[in-house]
Amino acid sequence: MSTSRRKFIKISALGLGGVAASASALNMFGANTFLNEVVLDAVTKKLKRTPTYCEVCFWKCAAWAYSDDEGNIPKIIGNETDPHCYGRLCPRGTGGVGMYSDEDRLKTPLIRTTVDGEQTFREASWEEALDLIASKFKHVKDTYGAESFALIKHGTPGSHLEHLFQAYGSDTIAEPAYAQCRGPRETGFALTYGSWVGSPEPTDIRDTKCLVLIGSHIGENMHNTQVQEMSDAIDNGATIITVDPRFSTAASKSQHWLAIKPATDIALMLAWMNVLIEEELYDKDYIEKYSTGFNELKDHVLNFTPEWAYGITTIKPEEIRKTARAMAYAAPSVIIHPGRHVTWYGDDSQRARAMAILNALLGSWGRRGGFYFKEGIKVPSFPHPEYPEPKWGWKEIGEKFPLAQMGVTTEVMKCAIPGEENHEKYPVKALMVAGTNITKSIPNKKLLEEAIDSLDFMVVMDTMPMDVTGYADVVLPECTYLERYDGIRSSPNREPSIAVRIPVVQPKYDSKPGWWVAKQIGERLGLGEYFKYDDFKEVIEWQLEKMGTSLEEMKKIGVKHFPRKSGPLYLVEDKSYQFPTASGKIELYSKELKNLGFDPMPVYTKHPEPPQGFYRLNYGRAPMHTFSRTANNPNLNDLMDENKLWVNPKVARILGLKTGQEVWLRNQDKVTSTFAIKVRVTERIRWDSVYMVHGFGHDNKKLSRTFGKGINDTQMITKVAMDPLMGGTGMRGNFVEILTKDPHKIIEV
Amino acid sequence: MVIDTLKCVGCSDCVVACQTENNVPIGYCRDWITEIVDGTYPKVELELKSERCNHCDNAPCVRCCPTGASHIVEGGIVLVTHNECIGCGACIESCPYDARYSHPEGYVDKCTFCHHRLEKGQLPACVSVCPTKCMYFGDLDNPNSEVSRLLKSRKHKTLAPEAGTKPQVYYLI
Amino acid sequence: MQEEIFVSGRNIPHIDPSLEIWHWPISVYLFLGGLAAGILLFAAIVTVLDKEKDYPTAVKYATIIPPIALSLGLVALIYDLKHPLYSWQLYTTIRLESPMSWGAWVLLATTPLSFLWVFSYFTELFPKWNLKFEFLKKFEIFLKNNRKLMAYAMIPLAIILGVYTGILLSAFNARPLWNNAILGPLFLTSGMSTGAAAIILLAKTAKERHLFSKVDLALIIIELGLIVHMIMGMYAGSQVQLEAMQLLVGGDFTVMFFGFVVILGLIVPGLLELLEIKGYKVPVAIPAILILIGGLIFRFVMVEAGQITRYLY
Repeated sequence: MSTSRRKFIKISALGLGGVAASASALNMFGANTFLNEVVLDAVTKKLKRTPTYCEVCFWKCAAWAYSDDEGNIPKIIGNETDPHCYGRLCPRGTGGVGMYSDEDRLKTPLIRTTVDGEQTFREASWEEALDLIASKFKHVKDTYGAESFALIKHGTPGSHLEHLFQAYGSDTIAEPAYAQCRGPRETGFALTYGSWVGSPEPTDIRDTKCLVLIGSHIGENMHNTQVQEMSDAIDNGATIITVDPRFSTAASKSQHWLAIKPATDIALMLAWMNVLIEEELYDKDYIEKYSTGFNELKDHVLNFTPEWAYGITTIKPEEIRKTARAMAYAAPSVIIHPGRHVTWYGDDSQRARAMAILNALLGSWGRRGGFYFKEGIKVPSFPHPEYPEPKWGWKEIGEKFPLAQMGVTTEVMKCAIPGEENHEKYPVKALMVAGTNITKSIPNKKLLEEAIDSLDFMVVMDTMPMDVTGYADVVLPECTYLERYDGIRSSPNREPSIAVRIPVVQPKYDSKPGWWVAKQIGERLGLGEYFKYDDFKEVIEWQLEKMGTSLEEMKKIGVKHFPRKSGPLYLVEDKSYQFPTASGKIELYSKELKNLGFDPMPVYTKHPEPPQGFYRLNYGRAPMHTFSRTANNPNLNDLMDENKLWVNPKVARILGLKTGQEVWLRNQDKVTSTFAIKVRVTERIRWDSVYMVHGFGHDNKKLSRTFGKGINDTQMITKVAMDPLMGGTGMRGNFVEILTKDPHKIIEV
Repeated sequence: MVIDTLKCVGCSDCVVACQTENNVPIGYCRDWITEIVDGTYPKVELELKSERCNHCDNAPCVRCCPTGASHIVEGGIVLVTHNECIGCGACIESCPYDARYSHPEGYVDKCTFCHHRLEKGQLPACVSVCPTKCMYFGDLDNPNSEVSRLLKSRKHKTLAPEAGTKPQVYYLI
Repeated sequence: MQEEIFVSGRNIPHIDPSLEIWHWPISVYLFLGGLAAGILLFAAIVTVLDKEKDYPTAVKYATIIPPIALSLGLVALIYDLKHPLYSWQLYTTIRLESPMSWGAWVLLATTPLSFLWVFSYFTELFPKWNLKFEFLKKFEIFLKNNRKLMAYAMIPLAIILGVYTGILLSAFNARPLWNNAILGPLFLTSGMSTGAAAIILLAKTAKERHLFSKVDLALIIIELGLIVHMIMGMYAGSQVQLEAMQLLVGGDFTVMFFGFVVILGLIVPGLLELLEIKGYKVPVAIPAILILIGGLIFRFVMVEAGQITRYLY
C-alpha cells in the first residue's frame, strides 16, 4: 500500500477555521492610557475565587483560581492548607492561566476527511462527532468484541473515559505513566516492601538528614512538595548526595556529587550495600526485626567492593565509602529517593529493588526522615451497575511480563499490528487517546505509526492540537481544568485530604468537559445507567455528602483534611509491623523473583555504550514546563520556548560547535530529527552524553508558539530496552550523532 | 529583600507569578532568573538568582527622571507614577541592572515590590509563591526582622556594588 | 569555562540582548542642540563685545539656524518619547538632580529666545517682507534695543544647552562609556566647534572666516585633547570601563570613531584650517562640512556604543 491509511495530518490553516481571537478596537489601535487609568481608578476590579486543583502536571496541587466578570482568569494561587503545595504553586500551576487563554486551543470537534486527494480535518458539530464515535464503538463491539477498543489515557479526563470503557466492556486500558515512567519502581518496591511507592511519594524529605538522589533531579522536576521539602532540608543542614552524570540543580546543592558514568548505578548501589554490611553500618535491629534474606544479601554483595565499582562507575572508592558512611550516619533519617521516571536501561525494576534494599539496610522505610506510611481517604463510588467482565484486557496483553500491575502501553499498541504475536489473541481494532500526547510519551514512533495505521478507528480527546491529534479520525476538544468539574482528588499523604475541582468559568469556544463526553457516548451506547446524573456536580455533591462534608463547605475551604485511621505515621519502636509481602517482612531476597526465573537480588549488567562519534541521549525536565503539554502555553513559553542541546566543551571543540548554533541529531538507527536544536556548550554535562529537556519539537503548525522549536527527544528514542519483569520501556540507551548541516536539505539534492 | 541562592532552583515561578499579579505583558518581565556556571567538569559550581529592580538607596533612575515620575516612597521602594512618565527612557539608560522596560502603553515599568499588596499587609507575589521559600521580604531598618537577622548570620552580596547605586536586594551565598 | 545566562527566557524588546532605547532621534537632537548652542554662544559673545558690525554672519545669518535646529530637535525628542501625551509633565517641576529637567527648562527658555533673536533682525534679513501689524513692528524695535540684554541672557543658556547633554550622559553610572566627567565639556566643545563651522560656512567676509577658523582650530585642539583624556581615563578605569573603551579602540566602532570622528571630523579639518591660516587656498566648505559631519557621527557613535556597554551580563 503506497498511501498510508492514516496519514499524519499536519494541521495547517486548511479547513480548520476556528474563530480568530477578536482583537478589541482598543487593542488594535493602542490602548488609550489616560482613559484606561480613569476607568481603572473608578472601577475596582472585583475578582471571584473558585477552588480547583491543578491539572497542568500530575501533582494536583489545590488552588484558588481568580476570575473577573468578563470570563478572564488573571491569576491562580495555591491553597494554603493543601499538603501538596502549602499555598505555593509551581511555575506551571501559576502559568495555568495561559492554558486557558491560549488561542491555539482546540475549538470544535474535527473529523478526518479527504479534500482534493489530501487528507485533512473538517469542523463538525458535537452531535455528528459523538454519533460517529458511538457508531464505531457499536461496530467494534458487534464485530470484534468490546475488548478490541483500547484506551490510552492520563489524568482526570482519563478517569472519566476509563469508567465509560469499563461500562462498555473493555479493560484494554493503559497509561504511559506506568510503563514509560514510574512502573519499574513500583514493581521494585512492591517486591521488597509489599506496597508501591505511589504518587505522591511518601518521602519524609523535610525531616531527613540525608537525601540521596540517583538520577532524580528535584528542582528541575517540579514535584512541588518535594522541592519545598528539599528546601526545608537544606535549611536544616541536611546532606544531599546526588548521583548523576549531569550537574543538575540538585547536584549543585549537594555536599557530594557523584558524576557517575551513565548506566552503572546498580554497581554503585551494590558497592554501597557492601560498605554498609562490611563496615556494619546498617541498621541491625531494623534488619533483624523486619526483614528476611539478609544472609543471602550479605553473600551476594561480598565481592561488590568499592574498588570493583570504581572500575565500572568511575567513582573513586573513597567517595563511595564516604557517602555510604554519610548515609549511615544520618540513618534512619535518610532517603534513597526512588525517583519518578525510572525507565532507563531495561533492568530498572532491579535498580528500584536495589534502592529499596538500601533503604531497608539504612532502616529508613517507616521512619521519620525516611519514608512515612501514607494514608488517603477513599472517595465513595457513585452508584452504577456492575461492570461487565471482559474476556481479556491489559492483564492478558501484558502476560509475558509477570509483574506488570497495570497495562503496558507498548504491548497494547502491538496488539493492533497484524503479524505481532498478540494480535491474533487480543486484536486491538480501535483506540481512544485522552490526556496524553503519545508521540511524545511513548517511544518507538515506527511502532506507534504502524499500530495507528492498522486501526479501524482512532479518536483523540485533548485541549490543544498536539501532535497526536494529527493521527486521529475524530478530534474532540476538551475544555481545560479551569472550566470543568472533575472527580474529587483524594491523595495519600501524611494525613488524608480531599480537594474539589469546580469550574471557574464557562468552557471557551465549543469545548466540553471529559465527563460530558463520556456520558454522551455512554448514553448513545445504551449505558445511561452508568451515568445517572445530568451534571457531574451531582456526583461530587453526593460523594462529599457521604464523606461528611458538602460542596458549599468545599467551595469555602477548597481542601479538607481527615484524621488518620490506619495507624501511626511511622513504625513504633516496641510494636511489630506486618509488611504486606508474602512473608510479612521486608524481602531483601525475593523468592518471588527467583520462582519466576529472575535474579532474586539485583546484579549489575553492562549496558551498551555509545560508539565513537556518538553521544548518549539524556533527557530531563525543566521546572517551567511539564510533559509536552505546556510548550505552547503563552506564559510558560515566554520563560522557555525551546530546548537546547547541552554539549560538553571538549565535544564542542572537537565538532566546532558554538553556543546558539543550530544542529540536527541522527541516532544509531539512522532516524534524523525533524527540526534543529540550538547548542548550549556547558560544563554541566559529561563528554559522552548530550542532554535536552523533554517536550519540544512539536510538529503541528497550529501550535503557533512552539511549532518547530527544538527537538522531540522521543523521536530519537527508537531503541527500547524492555524490562522483563513489568514491561517498562527503557529509553536511555539511544545514541546520537550531531549534524551541523541540515540533513533534510542534503537529501533533497 | 533577601534571597537565598543556596535554595533557589531557578524554577522561574517568581517570574510567572509577577506576570499574573501585575498584568505584565507577555514578552516583558519585571524579574528574571540568571544562571552562572563556573569550573570544569566534574568540578562545577552553579549559582541561580532571581533578579529584579534593586530599589536602590542611591537610585540613579530617580535622580535622572525629569518629571519626578520615578520616586522613592516610604520603605525605600522606588515607584513610577504612570501618568507623570513621559517615556523619555533616561531611567532605563541609567539602571545598571537593566531592571526597567518600556511598557507597550508608553510609560516605563518595573518591579514595584508589589506595593499594592504591601499596602494590604501581604508579601510581594514573587516572595509568596516561591516553592523553595528562598525569598524573604521585610524591614531592613528593623534589627529584629527576619531579613536583618539573615544578613547578620549569613554571607551575602549585592549585584554590581561598584556601580554605586546601593542596591537593597541582598543575595545569601 | 564560565557561563552567564538568563534561565527565564528574558528577551525584553529594546533591552535584550543589548540596550536600544535611544535611537537616531536622540543622536540627531544632540547634534542639533550642540550646533544651536555653539551658534547662539558666538552670537551672544560677539554682541556683548559690541563687534556685531565686524561679524554679521555670526549674529545675523548663522543665527537663523538655531531656531530651526532647536525646533527640529524638539520634534525629534518628542518623537522619541514613548508617552508623549504626558510631556507637559516636564514643566510641572524643576528637578535639580536631573540634567534632563535642566534641559527641558533651558530649551523652554532658549528656543523662543532664539526665535526672538532672529525676529529682532527681521527687517535686515528680509527687507522685502513687510511686517503687517503695528505691534509687530514695535516689538521688533523693542527687541533690537534690548539685544544686549538678550545676549547676556543667551550666554549662560547657550552654555548650559551645550554642556547639559554631556552631563546627562555622564550622570548614568550604569553605562561605563558615558560615566566620566569629561563628556560634558567634550560635548560643549564639540557643539561650539560645529557652531563655528556653521558660521564659517555662511561667512561672507574673509575676516570673519579667519577669526572663526582660528577659534575653530583652537576648539578642535581642545576637543582632541579631551578625547585623549577620556580614552586614557577609561584605560585606567575599572574593568567595565576598559571594555567600554575597547568598543571604540579596536572594536566594532573603531572605524566610525577614529575614521570619521577623529580623523575626518577633527584632524583633517584642523589641518586644513591651519593651512588656510597659513595662507594656502583651501575651499572653505570642506573643513566646515567635515566638522559638521564629524560632530553628527560623534553623537551617533556615543549613543549607540554607550548603550552597548553595561555592568552586568
